[in-house]
Amino acid sequence: MWEGFPLFPESASTIAGTVDRLYFFLIGVAIFFSLLIGSLVFIFAIKYRRRTENETPRPIVGSLKLELVWTIIPFILAMIMYAQGVSVYFETSRPPSGAMEIYVVGKQWMWKLQHPNGRREINELHVPVGMPIKLTMTSEDVIHSFYVPAFRIKMDVLPGRYTTTWFQATKTGRFHLFCAEYCGTKHSGMIGWVIVMEPSDFEEWLRTTPPPAAPRGLAGERPPLPVRPGESLAAVGERLFQQLGCNSCHLPEPGGQGPPLTGIFGRRITLEGGETVVADETYLRESIINPMAKIVSGYPPIMPPFQGKLTEEELVELIEYIKSLGRGERTTSQP
Amino acid sequence: MSSPVKLPGQHYLNAAYGIKSWLLTTDHKRIAWLYLASITLFFFVGGFFAVLIRLELMTPQGDLVEAETYNKLFTMHGLFMIFFFLIPSIPAVLGNFLVPMMIGAPDLAFPRLNLASWYIYIAGATLALVAAVTGGVDTGWTFYTPYSSIYSNTNVVLAALGIFITGFSSILTGINFIVTIHKMRAPGLTWFRLPLFIWAHYATSIIMVLGTPVLAVTIVLVAIERIFRIGFFDPALGGDPVLFQHLFWFYSHPAVYIMILPGMGVISELVTCFSRKRIFGYSFVAFSSLAIAVVGFLVWGHHMFVSSQSVYASMIFSILSFVVAVPSAIKVFNWTATLYKGSISLQTPMLYALGFIGLFTIGGMTGLALAALGLDVHVHDTYFVVAHFHYIMVGGMVMAYLGGLHFWWPKMTGRMYPEWWGRLSALIIFVGFNLAFFPQFLLGYLGMPRRYHAYPEEFQVLNVMSSAGASILGIGYLIPMIYFIWSMRYGAQAGPNPWQAKGLEWQTPSPPPTENFPITPVVTEDAYAYSQEEAAVV
Repeated sequence: MWEGFPLFPESASTIAGTVDRLYFFLIGVAIFFSLLIGSLVFIFAIKYRRRTENETPRPIVGSLKLELVWTIIPFILAMIMYAQGVSVYFETSRPPSGAMEIYVVGKQWMWKLQHPNGRREINELHVPVGMPIKLTMTSEDVIHSFYVPAFRIKMDVLPGRYTTTWFQATKTGRFHLFCAEYCGTKHSGMIGWVIVMEPSDFEEWLRTTPPPAAPRGLAGERPPLPVRPGESLAAVGERLFQQLGCNSCHLPEPGGQGPPLTGIFGRRITLEGGETVVADETYLRESIINPMAKIVSGYPPIMPPFQGKLTEEELVELIEYIKSLGRGERTTSQP
Repeated sequence: MSSPVKLPGQHYLNAAYGIKSWLLTTDHKRIAWLYLASITLFFFVGGFFAVLIRLELMTPQGDLVEAETYNKLFTMHGLFMIFFFLIPSIPAVLGNFLVPMMIGAPDLAFPRLNLASWYIYIAGATLALVAAVTGGVDTGWTFYTPYSSIYSNTNVVLAALGIFITGFSSILTGINFIVTIHKMRAPGLTWFRLPLFIWAHYATSIIMVLGTPVLAVTIVLVAIERIFRIGFFDPALGGDPVLFQHLFWFYSHPAVYIMILPGMGVISELVTCFSRKRIFGYSFVAFSSLAIAVVGFLVWGHHMFVSSQSVYASMIFSILSFVVAVPSAIKVFNWTATLYKGSISLQTPMLYALGFIGLFTIGGMTGLALAALGLDVHVHDTYFVVAHFHYIMVGGMVMAYLGGLHFWWPKMTGRMYPEWWGRLSALIIFVGFNLAFFPQFLLGYLGMPRRYHAYPEEFQVLNVMSSAGASILGIGYLIPMIYFIWSMRYGAQAGPNPWQAKGLEWQTPSPPPTENFPITPVVTEDAYAYSQEEAAVV
């Protein structure tokens, strides 16, 4: 289109067309009503302009019929827009099963991205075209927001919580990745690129491009675990699990001091006091850094808290390891 | 207007002289002037920050100021415009001057509380100014945690204290209006004879009294977390980062209606007077104000569709946001219908009012894009949002404020402003405004996030257009400021009712005496009874 002066963003994901259609519908209605009101005001202002100083027009008090018309029509239009908005939202909030999972950690002021096979990237995300990609995101400090305009997706990235979004790119190319939630001094510098590749190129990229020396943050006094090239997140997590001594209580079979973790991910578990909770990423993260918050029924509250002792990447690695131990049945309706 | 008129010998402006007679006055009309002077000052302070922001955004590199300075500029632009200009402007200036006069009362119910409100406002604004000049604040006017409570290295507590204190001014003004409207109406002035300006101020006051304390609590929690490291919002301290957003928007979304409802009240007065017609569907317009005030409290979650709030909560907030648009639509249709077969005079206040209707319609309709769940995901926190709320708050609210100021200027000063210059300013503002903010809708859908100090090059052309419009807009705002000051001395004398308007405030001399009405008026007809026939009908 207009080089250097674009008026409409590129559409590069499966959801983009749906969002654009909703946008055109809303803008169409907006233009219609703005023109209607604008031209009525203009026509009335000209047609009924005051001709003599003392003229008084015939009073028109009101009309219940008209009031009902212009209450009900906007209401119905609003409800149509509402329903469409909800259906698009549902589509964007439900990642399809079998999506490729990528972890995102936001930090003032960079995006740290981790592929399941352990590949790490900063401010660049390589993905294959035509494959659903699920992002699981958290922040090391303040609230950020992961925004790719060409995909029409955006999701806040919060400290202390995992949020998810997903996309399926429909064309190859480089697309802006922005931080959309104001996050401090270099907020506008927290930008990067999503690079969508042909699946074969992506495989090639994964295999051949040497992984950069992954900068690992340091939390607490423990020396950081060195990461071997080509090692998957789950494998690093397993080594970390052993280094921290978690395996002395969390045995593979029941009988240890702590609950066994095999197949725990996604399962509904009963807490001390009878409440139940689904062991999702957020629950696991909380149970690592603050184990006393929700204690599994039947186990003594003896686990030490790891608050401040693990980086967000390390937490992600541990969770990825726990996930690799098998998945329980999802019993909640996750929208 | 042609007949020679004279200023009354004694009026509230010359009833007493000297600085003390102003600073210790309990006359609501003089307090309105105190507010007018201070609000105008803060409007130009906020406008100055806006100029620097738009200058910075002329180029993509961010070369005029440092990133940190830029962040402070947009924060203080927001803080000053919202808390010290938009929220108080119509209620504290026009409301203060007119609420007692429109209901035939000698003053507000609590005159000294009214003066105290102004001092509280000045104290809060002074603290915010001190915070601005001693290093500034860089959190954005929304103060999102944990950035504001833990990470920012700027004057967060001082600025927050300024906002906290100013909130009390808002609460006290609201209480004063509610009591005055309930207890001090002139004989015969029943609820359904009230001018719609009064209905709008009544609805606004309810929001001020119920909403502002929540903001106060929120600010205190931020300060406690910042100073004592007690975790409310920072998860590292055991807090919830989204909790702040719930508390903040519980006030700050209704606050948008604190800004726009009084503006709608002004527009109802202007449209009726300059088309010499009773408003079309009086009770629908009146009740739509109350409906907006009530439903407006239930839509705060639409600021949080991408914040990890539950999908079902988002659905509820979305549907309520669509519902609150309906009463606003009702008002727009009723104003338009009022013009039908009227006797329309396109004098300055009416030009502002018609401009308001157009800009408010665009602003309101684009708001629907933000209420629609799946679409909001894309435009959230982009320039689309910036354009939308400037259409409502600047295109709408400021147009209404200026229209109202022109309309009641002869009542406040006894003198007319120069009509030709007035129309010119209305035109310049309308053109400048659209050039400044329309390109931002396009920028937003293209994906330019808000609060960006530097941006990718493809956004430059639209940003330059926006900056050009902003400079035209700035000139448009300076012109009225100059001729208003000029007219105080040299303007033609107005007489009690230069517009041949209805309403009690026009039945007393301009400027009015300190007690407003020499004899308490008795009301025998409905509001806006512009023709004799109608008196027979009703």
